[in-house]
Amino acid sequence: MDTYSILREIADSWVLLAMTLFFLGVIVWAFRPGSKSVHAETANIPFRNEVAPGSVETPASKDASIKELQS
Amino acid sequence: MLCPVLGAANEGDSRMGNYVKLVVLGIITLFAAIAANWGRDIAYVVHAVIIMLVAGYLFLRTLRQTDEPIKPVATDGYMDDVVRAGVIATTFWGVVGFLVGVVIAFQLAFPALNFEFLQPFGNFGRLRPLHTSAVIFAFGGNALIMSSFYIVQRTCGARLWGGNLSWFVFWGYNLFIVLAATGYLLGATQSKEYAEPEWYVDIWLTIVWVAFLAVYLGTIFKRKEKHIYVANWFLLSFIITVAMLHIVNNLSVPVSIWGSKSVQLFAGVQDAMTQWWYGHNAVGFFLTAGFLGMMYYFVPKQAGRPVYSYKLSIIHFWALIFLYIWAGPHHLHYTALPDWASTLGMVFSIILWMPSWGGMINGLMTLQGAWDKLRTDPIIRMMVISLAFYGMSTFEGPMMSIRAVNSLSHYTDWTIGHVHSGALGWNGMITFSALYFLAPRLWGKEGMYSMSAISWHFWLATIGIILYAASMWVTGIMEGLMWREVDANGFLVNSFADTVSAKFPMLVVRGLGGVLYLAGALIMAWNIFMTIKGGARQKALVGVPTA
Repeated sequence: MDTYSILREIADSWVLLAMTLFFLGVIVWAFRPGSKSVHAETANIPFRNEVAPGSVETPASKDASIKELQS
Repeated sequence: MLCPVLGAANEGDSRMGNYVKLVVLGIITLFAAIAANWGRDIAYVVHAVIIMLVAGYLFLRTLRQTDEPIKPVATDGYMDDVVRAGVIATTFWGVVGFLVGVVIAFQLAFPALNFEFLQPFGNFGRLRPLHTSAVIFAFGGNALIMSSFYIVQRTCGARLWGGNLSWFVFWGYNLFIVLAATGYLLGATQSKEYAEPEWYVDIWLTIVWVAFLAVYLGTIFKRKEKHIYVANWFLLSFIITVAMLHIVNNLSVPVSIWGSKSVQLFAGVQDAMTQWWYGHNAVGFFLTAGFLGMMYYFVPKQAGRPVYSYKLSIIHFWALIFLYIWAGPHHLHYTALPDWASTLGMVFSIILWMPSWGGMINGLMTLQGAWDKLRTDPIIRMMVISLAFYGMSTFEGPMMSIRAVNSLSHYTDWTIGHVHSGALGWNGMITFSALYFLAPRLWGKEGMYSMSAISWHFWLATIGIILYAASMWVTGIMEGLMWREVDANGFLVNSFADTVSAKFPMLVVRGLGGVLYLAGALIMAWNIFMTIKGGARQKALVGVPTA
C-alpha cells in the first residue's frame, strides 16, 4: 500500500477513535466531582494580581472606588 | 535588542552580548547593502534598503551603549511599556487599514478612482491585499500581541519572561507589517490569500513568532497562580496553531536569493487545499481563538463578575480547536477537490456552530445580574454587540458552507459581507472595547477622556456594519441569482458586466458604511490620544486601577 493509503487508514480508524475518546474524556473531566470549587477559584483569577503580582482586587474595593468616582 | 537572552546578568556578560550583537547586526547591514545593489526586482531592493537602515540604526545604537555603565533593568512589577506601545500601534494600524478599505470600496463603485498617475501602485489589485493584511495582521495582530502580553501577566501574576524579548516581538512584528505592506504595493506577492508576503518576509515572521511563543510560554511557566486561566488556553492555541499554519502554507523555494520571487512546493489541488486549510484556520485561530482569549478576560473584567460558566469555557475551547482545523475544504466546493473532502469540511463547519454559540452564550451570560450596565457603560455595550456579531457570523458561516447554499453564495459579495460582519462586528468591536479598557489603566487615568465619544463610536460603527452587511447580502444574492439564470433554451441570461452594473447602488452603500466605521475609529484615536495626554474630562464608570 502507498503511504497515502496507509496514513488515510490509520487516520480514519485509530486516530479518529483516540481523538474522540480524548474529547469525551475532557468533558467527563470537566464535570468530575470536586471540579466546582477548582473552577470557581480559577474563574476568579482575573480579579487578582491587577496592579502588581499578588495584589488583590475585591468586589468591595472595586465598588468603593466606583462610588468615589460617582460622587 | 536582537539577542536579549544574552543581556545583562553582569557587566562582563553584557559586554560580550553587545559584541555578539554588533557582529550580527554588522553582517545583516552589509548583506542588506549588497542585496540593495544586486536586487532583481523593485520590491526586493526597497526591502533591502529598509532592512539595511533598521539594522544599521540598531548597530549604531548598540555601539553607543557598549562599555557604558549599565542601567538597572526593572524586574519587579509588570512589563507594561510594550503593552502601551501595542495600544498605540493597534489604533494607528486600525485607522490605516480602515482608510485603505474605504478607498478600495469606492474604487469598486467608481473605477475611475484607479487613477492613471498612481499606476501600478494605487491599483485595486495591489491595494486590496494591503487592506486585508492591514486590518487582519496589523490591526488585529497588534491587538492580539498587546492584549496577550497584558492578559498573561495579570492571569499568571508574573512579569513577562525574557526581559526585552517582548520588545523584539513588538518591533519585529511591526517590521514584518511594513515589509508586507510595501511589498504588495511594489508587486511582490505569492498570490495566497492572507499569506501574500514573499519568502524572506515569511522567514522573518517565523523568527518573530517563535520569540512570541517563548515570551508567552516562559511567563506561563513562572506563574504564581496554580491554574492556567482559560483566556491563556485560547491565546496559546492561537500562537501555536498560527506558527504551524504559517510554516506549512509558506513552503516555497526562492528563485534567487537576490529576488523576491519564490515557487511553491505544493501544486494544483494539494496547493489549493493547503491554502484553505491555512486560510480558514487563520479565521479560526487568529480571528476567533485569539480574540476569544481577549473576550474571556476583558468581558468578565469590565462586567466585574467571573465568566458565566467555567465548565462551558473548557468545553468551548476543546470543541473549537478539535473542529475548526477540519473546516477548510468548504472553501473548495465544486472544484478538483474530491467530494468526500469537501463534504468533510462542510460537516465539521456545521458542527462548529455548537461550540461557537456555546462561547457566545457564555460571554453574554457573564452579564447576568449586570445587564443594567448596558445603559450606563458604552464599553459593555460594545462587548455585547461584538458577541452578538460573533453569534451571527458563526451562524451564517456554517450555513454558507453547505454545498447547496455555497453554489449560490460563492464568488459573490455575500462572502465579503459575511467576512465583514465577523471582522468589523466581532474582531473590531472587541478590540475597540479592549482599547477603551486598557488606555486609562495603562496611563493611570480615571477613565477615558470622553465617554460620549465612545457612544458616538459605538453607533457610527454599528450603523456602518449594518449598511455594509445589508448591502452585501442584497448584492451577493442578486449576483448569485443573475449568474445562474438561464432562459428556456438553456442559455445564460446575464453577462458578467450586467451584474457589475446592477451592483452599483449597493457598492456605494457599502462604501458609505465603511466611511461611518472609519469615522468611529478616528473618534477613538482622538479619544485615546486625549486620554494619554490629559486627565479624564468626565468621571466615568470604567474600573480604575486600584493603587
